[in-house]
Amino acid sequence: MSKTIYVVDGARSPFLKAQKGPGVFAASDLATQAGRALLLRQPFAPSDLDEVILGCAAPSPDETNIGRMVALRLGCGKKVPGWTVMRNCASGMQAIDSAIANIQCGRSELVLAGGVDALSRAPLLYSDAMVRWFAGMMSMRTVNQKIGHFLKLPFGELLKPVIGLMKGLTDPVVGLLMGQTAENLAWKFGIDRKQMDEFAVRSHQRAMAGRQAGHLEEIVPLVDGDGKVYAEDDGVRADADLAGMAKPKPFFDKKYGNITAANSSQITDGAAWVLLASEEAVQQWGLQPIGKIVDSQWSGLEPEQMGLGPVHASTPLLQRHGLTLADVDYWELNEAFAAQVLGCQAAWNDEAYCREQLDLPGAFGKIDEDRLNVDGGAVAIGHPVGASGARIVLHLLHVLRRNQAKRGVATICIGGGLGGAMLVEACQ
Amino acid sequence: MKHWQLNKEDSGIVVAVLDRAGESTNALSTEVTDEFAQILDQLELYPPKGLIVRSAKAAGFIAGADIGEFSQLDTPEKGRALVARGWDLFNRLAAVKYPTLALVRGHCLGGGLELALACRYILAVDEPGTKMALPEVMLGIFPGWGGMLRLPQRVGPAAALDMMLTGRTVDAKKAKKMGLVDDCVPPRVMEMAARQLLLSNQPRRPLPFMQKLLAGPLKSVVANGARKQVARKARPEHYPAPYAIIDLWQQHGGNALAAPEVVDRIISSPTAKNLLRVFRLQERLKGFGKDGDFATKHVHVIGAGVMGGDIAAWCALRGLTVTLQDQSLERIAPAIQRANTLFKKKLREPLKARAAFDRLIPDPTGSGVAHADVVIEAIFENVEAKHALFRSLEPRMKPGAILASNTSSLRLEDLRTALARPERLVGIHFFNPVAMMPLVEVVEAEGADPAAVRAACAFVKQIDKLPLPVKSTPGFLVNAVLAPYMLAAMRAVDEGVAPETVDEAMLAFGMPMGPIELVDTVGLDIAMAAGRQLADGAEAPRCLLQRVEKGQLGKKSGQGFYAWQQGRPQKGATAAVPAGLAEKLVQPLVDRTQRLVAEGIVADADLADAGVIFGTGFAPFTGGPLNRLNSSR
Repeated sequence: MSKTIYVVDGARSPFLKAQKGPGVFAASDLATQAGRALLLRQPFAPSDLDEVILGCAAPSPDETNIGRMVALRLGCGKKVPGWTVMRNCASGMQAIDSAIANIQCGRSELVLAGGVDALSRAPLLYSDAMVRWFAGMMSMRTVNQKIGHFLKLPFGELLKPVIGLMKGLTDPVVGLLMGQTAENLAWKFGIDRKQMDEFAVRSHQRAMAGRQAGHLEEIVPLVDGDGKVYAEDDGVRADADLAGMAKPKPFFDKKYGNITAANSSQITDGAAWVLLASEEAVQQWGLQPIGKIVDSQWSGLEPEQMGLGPVHASTPLLQRHGLTLADVDYWELNEAFAAQVLGCQAAWNDEAYCREQLDLPGAFGKIDEDRLNVDGGAVAIGHPVGASGARIVLHLLHVLRRNQAKRGVATICIGGGLGGAMLVEACQ
Repeated sequence: MKHWQLNKEDSGIVVAVLDRAGESTNALSTEVTDEFAQILDQLELYPPKGLIVRSAKAAGFIAGADIGEFSQLDTPEKGRALVARGWDLFNRLAAVKYPTLALVRGHCLGGGLELALACRYILAVDEPGTKMALPEVMLGIFPGWGGMLRLPQRVGPAAALDMMLTGRTVDAKKAKKMGLVDDCVPPRVMEMAARQLLLSNQPRRPLPFMQKLLAGPLKSVVANGARKQVARKARPEHYPAPYAIIDLWQQHGGNALAAPEVVDRIISSPTAKNLLRVFRLQERLKGFGKDGDFATKHVHVIGAGVMGGDIAAWCALRGLTVTLQDQSLERIAPAIQRANTLFKKKLREPLKARAAFDRLIPDPTGSGVAHADVVIEAIFENVEAKHALFRSLEPRMKPGAILASNTSSLRLEDLRTALARPERLVGIHFFNPVAMMPLVEVVEAEGADPAAVRAACAFVKQIDKLPLPVKSTPGFLVNAVLAPYMLAAMRAVDEGVAPETVDEAMLAFGMPMGPIELVDTVGLDIAMAAGRQLADGAEAPRCLLQRVEKGQLGKKSGQGFYAWQQGRPQKGATAAVPAGLAEKLVQPLVDRTQRLVAEGIVADADLADAGVIFGTGFAPFTGGPLNRLNSSR
């Protein structure tokens, strides 16, 4: 890339686990509260931004072009363009990449980019049969016609709404639930339930340790209209242990599978932002960047194996810079499923897979576990789909700075058979 | 014509546009109504297909009668002539054969609404500025130009009496809902809508059956009900106008000319004169905010307690970006909750309430200081703490930003010593509850930068409060005059008068709340501290000391002079009020007000009256403590 892309600052909301029914914050509320605190601590005004780009996989029906909506709610003013990007689980990373592209080509100097989703607010939908019934009702003219049509109401359909979230988490081409694609990886690489559960427990332990050590300064606490404060990721369990992890039944391949709700990422609401700037903007406003985004990569693979997306995206990215897995100081590899992270490790370590799928001469190696997701991941803190890609980039920079390290990779698997990866460097 | 323009359109519709010469708002002066009569004359000769009445002013339709002419009503004849001028004119307008329509955009008040009511149709433009009301009662008079006749016909007697007796404004949507206007449309279609509606021949929406009953056979029931309602708020000896409105509607169909003795009595009453004075004083206070071009976009408030939190909420409600700082988010959160309640109540529309909620940003780290045009300190009353705060604020503030303290008990002269530019510190003193109290004292310390004081007044005006410039002195104006009054009330309790009796004496005098209840409301500990500072070294009353010792601190502790349940004092029966008690209690307040004027704490007696009325609720019908003193002489 020709121009240097700086990350000036970033912030995210706490990730709030979906409880019963819709969460208290809409997606745009989460993005607004996290974003306004981030902008407040900058030396420039919100209206000085060149654009706002927000990734969101499932905005609610009243959040059309949520990127523009949030830009306005943040007080950026009418003149700052706002737009929305969607690349499923990597929507937040896509927002960053789109910002990079616009800075690279000189369209923008200072961009607020991030991702958001409020999965607890995913809608229930009417089935086609119900929609046809409503449409029929609209065409009835007389009272008698209307009564007659009313009697044809398909009661069974009325009480069987389509769960929007399940639709969103199902591959639209091959028809597999995301969890089933992860079961594929477990089968392929022989990953068993115990390994997954151990990984999940460790994710919770790391997340809890990270919180206690004060390593989550990226979080902006939220306040709701009732004056309740939401300060922390509420899905993290201090009491996570193997015995507890062994209890839940397999969710995706019922009865016979290995993947449970507990060793998967949680259904969560959250938002994450980073502030990107060109060299000129850094000079103009006297900004102190926390890091640079050196390069990014998108790759495709079979939708049935989408969990290996990080392998397919990170490998060419590293090769392009003459790097190996070991040359990267810290990794954030989004934990969609414990089995999927373990699957990525297994794939890189599998000679046949590397040769056949990645055109490598042999096994690529393995990421040092002490340098991978050091403060836990989505299994513990949750995966508000659109937000995660931005969260891991931001958190990785904080991890690198904290450890006086330089180079990191944030990478994410994407439903539909994609992987995204970003190579970053910290500014100390 | 000087004030009206007549445009004849190809369709045969005539548009009468009011653009009162030399003024930014339209009012129905004699000249304006005389010219309108000429228009009717002209149209009588050449009847148009229809007549649209509208305004050329950006501010609104018509703000009412010309208030300047009220003060010239020195004889009963002139008063009656004033009523007849509008009553006859609008009767004429209501009787024309061609269809008529008032296109109401922006304020439409008093005589302006009475003009609109005389049209066959009223079309309201759905904008925030569109506000319709008959506020005459607030000036101690009545809507004598047909309002009392036609408003009940349009909306039914219950809603009409409510509007006329409270002076309440309704917006365009509400007006449509209650039937006051025939339709309510966005500005983009108002031209088309006005012409379509004018020529529609559409009959008026009939009153619901119940309202017809209330306007007919049950009229006396409605009138008696309304009298009872009014009696709860205003005593007839203080405020005769609302009672006159009910009588005129009930007995004379709203025609004041049928009861000339009522017209004479109301128009010549001291209440009408004094309420007009209060209105003018209010305009004068607003004027203090009009100097200079200081405009505020961002306010930073430090201290999220009751005062700081509510100031922040009010500013966000009024459209400003607000950052609210305290030591932790947990301390700020309760203020966010109160603000949310305020936004929902005042803004009603969910998107507007959400926008206000977005504008109020909790800011535990104080990042907002660097962006703020106004920084208001509202932390606890401690000089050292405020010094430390000011020292940290000053270098981070924008150069031209206002630095203000909401202190009520500390001297600005002592607080500003921590500043590199001490002359920039001003006092911006709000009253509790912030959302209810219209007055804000802008406090000028010795040697303060006059530009900072002017800017502070402009800020206060911008958030729709009334700025009162005062000099720095303990208690400023409002608390300083309240203290001896409350002291006198407690002395009376010491002398054996029951708290209920003391309060009743002052309610009968015209105060909005009795002084003992007021002590309970502000808190006995606060009253004690204020007394120490403001009572010229007098000893604290025994009744106060005893209660404070027992931890009976008033409303907040559930027990003070009264027991408090669900936010209300449990009062016992009232004994007969001893003769002269009210005068005895109010005298110290009057004395102190005079003294503060003499000392130059407030610029003149009129402003002192304004401050005491808008800051304490001092009986408005008296025109203020000093006005009352002068007129009783």
